[in-house]
Amino acid sequence: MNNENKLKFSDDALALSERMVNRYPEGKQKSALIPLLHIAQAEFGGWLSSDAMDYVASILKITSIEVYEVASFYSMFNLKPVGKCVIEVCHTGPCWLLGSDDIVKYIEKKLSIKAGQTTADGMFTLKTVECLASCGTAPMMQIGEKYHENLTLTKVDEIIHECKATVVEHVTHWTKKEIR
Amino acid sequence: MGRKLLTENINIPGIQTLEVYRHHGGYDGLKKALGMSPDAIVEEVKKSGLRGRGGAGFPTGMKWSFLAKPDGVPRHLVCNADESEPGTFKDRYMMEHIPHLLIEGMAIGSFALGANTSYIYIRGELLYVYHILQKAIDEAYAAGLLGKNIMGSGFDFDLHLHSGAGAYICGEETALIESLEGKRGNPRIKPPFPAIQGLWQRPTVVNNVESIMAVVPILKMGGDEYAKIGVGKSTGTKLISACGHINKPGVYEIELGLPVEEFIYSDEYCGGIRNGKGLKAVVAGGSSVPILPKDLILKLANGEPRLMTYESLSDGGFITGTMLGSGGFIVMDEDTSVVKNLYTFTRFYHHESCGQCSPCREGTGWMEKILHKILDGHGTLEDVDLLWDIQSKIEGKTICPLGEAAAWPVASAIRHFRNEFEEYVNNPSSIKKDNHYYRLNNISSEVA
Repeated sequence: MNNENKLKFSDDALALSERMVNRYPEGKQKSALIPLLHIAQAEFGGWLSSDAMDYVASILKITSIEVYEVASFYSMFNLKPVGKCVIEVCHTGPCWLLGSDDIVKYIEKKLSIKAGQTTADGMFTLKTVECLASCGTAPMMQIGEKYHENLTLTKVDEIIHECKATVVEHVTHWTKKEIR
Repeated sequence: MGRKLLTENINIPGIQTLEVYRHHGGYDGLKKALGMSPDAIVEEVKKSGLRGRGGAGFPTGMKWSFLAKPDGVPRHLVCNADESEPGTFKDRYMMEHIPHLLIEGMAIGSFALGANTSYIYIRGELLYVYHILQKAIDEAYAAGLLGKNIMGSGFDFDLHLHSGAGAYICGEETALIESLEGKRGNPRIKPPFPAIQGLWQRPTVVNNVESIMAVVPILKMGGDEYAKIGVGKSTGTKLISACGHINKPGVYEIELGLPVEEFIYSDEYCGGIRNGKGLKAVVAGGSSVPILPKDLILKLANGEPRLMTYESLSDGGFITGTMLGSGGFIVMDEDTSVVKNLYTFTRFYHHESCGQCSPCREGTGWMEKILHKILDGHGTLEDVDLLWDIQSKIEGKTICPLGEAAAWPVASAIRHFRNEFEEYVNNPSSIKKDNHYYRLNNISSEVA
């Protein structure tokens, strides 16, 4: 572990981490790795730096590589910095049948970025994602915890407008509010 | 009107709460179960004929009876709530609206299996559902339905949630177990099966959300009564997630045996094809199962009506049939490009392949690229044959069924819609004329 590591969870996040670890039997604390990475992503600005991953390794008393290989496997973990609002538009078959390509193109044009990119002001990252189990309310997109369903271009306009007006810090899946 | 066993009370205001759930008979199934012997519960589930609702259709009671019970080794029941199969959203709907039904089912199942600690593995993106379930679990602990000596039975039972982080492969039970151990979701080589060596090498049963929920009515009504619903070896009710170009998308609980035609066209279910269009094709059991054209989904090859059962949907094998799978029912109207829809599926499997087995890791990528080439107007007839060749070399050659799941959609699209591939290859201008994507009425022309 890096001794220069300055990252540290808040007291609330530490308490939640301990509760997570206690869900598994003695000696099986590694099982809490994915939940702790969700917490780390919320605590440290919406992405997982190698310092953040090393810190999680130190909490669970496992090697850093055990954390890296897991963080790089799962699509919800960002290994690069992202915008404050990550817009995740589903583009798998059932959403495509109902216009998800149009939704992606519209947002790309509106924000002047391509899928996978972040706006210059660091406000939005646009991602296309695979099926989010919202096929009956397609097309859909997720921002943080929230599912936005039965999308229309008007709804997309409203959602983006609201993000611009209200979002101050990173909207992550697990949020600091939930950690408290 | 079919019988509703899982969704009967789902629209009652406040059914998410323990108080209202109990007021409507909630936890009566658990109370009854705790007065029975564990083996008697397994016997009821066997008698019910319940088959795994996650997609494989393996008899649940038999799966339970395979669980090894070595002395002094803890056992676990794990709920697979990693619902990720394109076209499927029933588990999410159920957990969101009636979370205590899952908790009650987990308690009954864990008692029957002798598991004192069990886990619900829920897909990471469904965080809002995680919070709903956590609230319900907290309520159940406070009421003595979870924890030490539940309902005064002497049985200690802890139930925990575990969040995933975005990986379709973790719906495969051994990948799920790996993920629950804090590792990459790489499926294990079987045997040993989880019933012998599962979570932390302990005997483990992994069941889908709907299967676990179904145990509650089975206990209440008895396995024999449950088995009276349905047709042949397709007993009971099934949740169908209906989506695509239909008037009434949503989750429907059907009695197994309902004719497919009635399910699509009746106002009680899908309500027919939207915008007055005709039906082109259906993917009846989630993206992995073979697509069938209109004539074959509505009727068997011999002209008899096709029914919503495991057997009827698979009648004719893969030449003229498909599978019930997870019950993800994706409907496509006459304007749909089957090739483009297939491209989105193939891109999905390429993205979700864990990378352990070369045929799947490489083959899914090649298939995606070839379909992209065809849709870009540069395809050749040899490309169609090459697609067929690649899918045939993935099927049966991988550790887990993701290989088959990626191969079957390609094979069936070529089998039933080869003319569409050939049209795109021979006449690329036809690709543009075909609706690549379905335009919503309210999507303006500024998107082009």
